Amino acid sequence: MIKLVDYGVGNIQAFMTLFKSMELDAQRAQAPQELEGATHLVLPGVGHFDHAMQQLNASGMRPMLEEMVTGKRVPVIGVCVGMQMLAAGSDEGSLPGLNWVPGRVRAFSGNALSANLPMPHMGWNNLQPSAGAKLFAEGFDEDPQFYFLHSYYFDAQDKADVAATAHYGFNFDAVVSRGHIHGVQCHPEKSHHWGAQLLKNFAES
Amino acid sequence: MLRPRIIPCLLVQQSGLVKTQGFKDPKYVGDPINAVKIFNEKEADELIVLDIDATMLGREPDFDLIAKLAAECRMPLCYGGGVKTADQAARIVDMGVEKVAISAAAIANPALLSNMAAAVGRQSVVAVVDVRKKTGPFVKGYEVCTHNGKTVHKTDPIALAKQLQDAGAGEIVINSIDRDGFMQGYDLDLASQFRDVLKVPMTIMGGAGSLEHVGQLVSRLGVVGGAAGSLFVFKGKYRAVLINYPTPAQKIQLCRAALKI
Repeated sequence: MIKLVDYGVGNIQAFMTLFKSMELDAQRAQAPQELEGATHLVLPGVGHFDHAMQQLNASGMRPMLEEMVTGKRVPVIGVCVGMQMLAAGSDEGSLPGLNWVPGRVRAFSGNALSANLPMPHMGWNNLQPSAGAKLFAEGFDEDPQFYFLHSYYFDAQDKADVAATAHYGFNFDAVVSRGHIHGVQCHPEKSHHWGAQLLKNFAES
Repeated sequence: MLRPRIIPCLLVQQSGLVKTQGFKDPKYVGDPINAVKIFNEKEADELIVLDIDATMLGREPDFDLIAKLAAECRMPLCYGGGVKTADQAARIVDMGVEKVAISAAAIANPALLSNMAAAVGRQSVVAVVDVRKKTGPFVKGYEVCTHNGKTVHKTDPIALAKQLQDAGAGEIVINSIDRDGFMQGYDLDLASQFRDVLKVPMTIMGGAGSLEHVGQLVSRLGVVGGAAGSLFVFKGKYRAVLINYPTPAQKIQLCRAALKI
C-alpha cells in the first residue's frame, strides 16, 4: 500500500486520481498511525519551504516518518517542495529540512545563468536521466517531458545522488535518488504518461 | 529545454461549456468534464477553465464543479471565475488545482494577490488582464476591462499588468477581447509589449484559429503560453463542435520551427 503523506500542503487528490487510474492501491495518511503498513511513501509539497516544514512538524507524523524512512528504509519520493524538504535547508526559508539527501535548495534568481529568465520556471521541460537511475529503469526510451512549477532548485552535495537533470539557464538537479530515498522537482502527478511511468517505477522499486 | 505551452481554455456557463466571440454570444459546445477527459487522452500541456458567470452574478466559485474537474484532470489546471479571497484560492488549490486565476478582484485591490501568494504560493497565482482596443475618433491604444468586458478601467494595460506582477502574481494572462473567438490570429503587437516589461511567465489568449497562429506567437515572443478556445473546440468553417488538440509530433514541430532549433 502506497501512503500519501497529507500534512495539509500539496496536491494529494491528483496523486489519488492517478494511482487509481494505474490500479495501484494508495491511501492518504493524516496521522502517524495512518502511516502504518506503508510499502511506499509519497511526500508532496507546494508553496513556501518554511510553511511546508512547519506543517509537517505540526502534523505529528514526522517522528514516525523518520523512523520508517531512515530506520526501516521504506522507499519514499518527495515531490516539488516535498523534494526540497529532503535537503538540509533552503535559501527560501530558515527552518532546517529533513536532511535525508545531502544538499541545499537554492534560488534560480541567485544564479547568473538563470537570473534573467522568467520566474517561476513553469511549463514542460525534458529530463536527462543519469545512467542506471532506478526511477527511469523502465519505459523511458523517448525524451521524457515533465511539468515544472518552481523558483528554487535542489543542489545535491553528492552528485552521485543526481538521477536526472533539467535545463533552465543551466543544468540543475531535477531528480535525486539516494538508495531508497527519491526526490523529483517536477510534477509526475501532472505529467501524463511520463509521470505515471516514473511513479510506476517508484512503486516497483 | 522549456517548451512553449499550448493551452485549451474552456469557458463555463451554467455548468456547461460555451464559446464566445468578442466576449458575446456564448454558444453551447458540450460538457466540461467530458472535455477534460478528451484533453487527458490527448495529453494537453495545461488547461484553463474560466467560469464566466461567477463574477457577473456576484456569486462564489462553483466548488462542486471545480472538485469534479480537478479529480478528472490529469494535466496542470488553472481555474478562474468569482475568486475574491485568499481563502477561496486556498480551498481551490486543496482540491487539486495548480493555479487560481483572478481578474476583477485583483484589479480592484492588487493587495489581494499578495494575500493569495502568501496562502498558496506565488507560483499558483495567475492574474488575467482582459484588454480591448479603444474605439472612437482620434483614440488610440488599449483599455482594461473586467466583468466580461462590461466594466472599463482607466489604468494603462501594461502598467496594470506590471503592478499585478509586482503585487504577487506568478503568471499573467493577456486576453484580447477584440480577437476572442474570431480565429484570425493573436494580437502580436499587443502581446509583445507585455513581454518586454514582465518577468513572470505569460500566457496569451484571444484569436488563435490555427497552429500556425500559435507558431507565430512563439516566434515573436519566445517561450510563452498560447491559449485558445475555438481552435480546440471547433472544426472547419461551419464551426462544428469537435474537441481536438495537436499531436506530440505536431507540438515538437511547431516548437522547433518557431524557435529555430
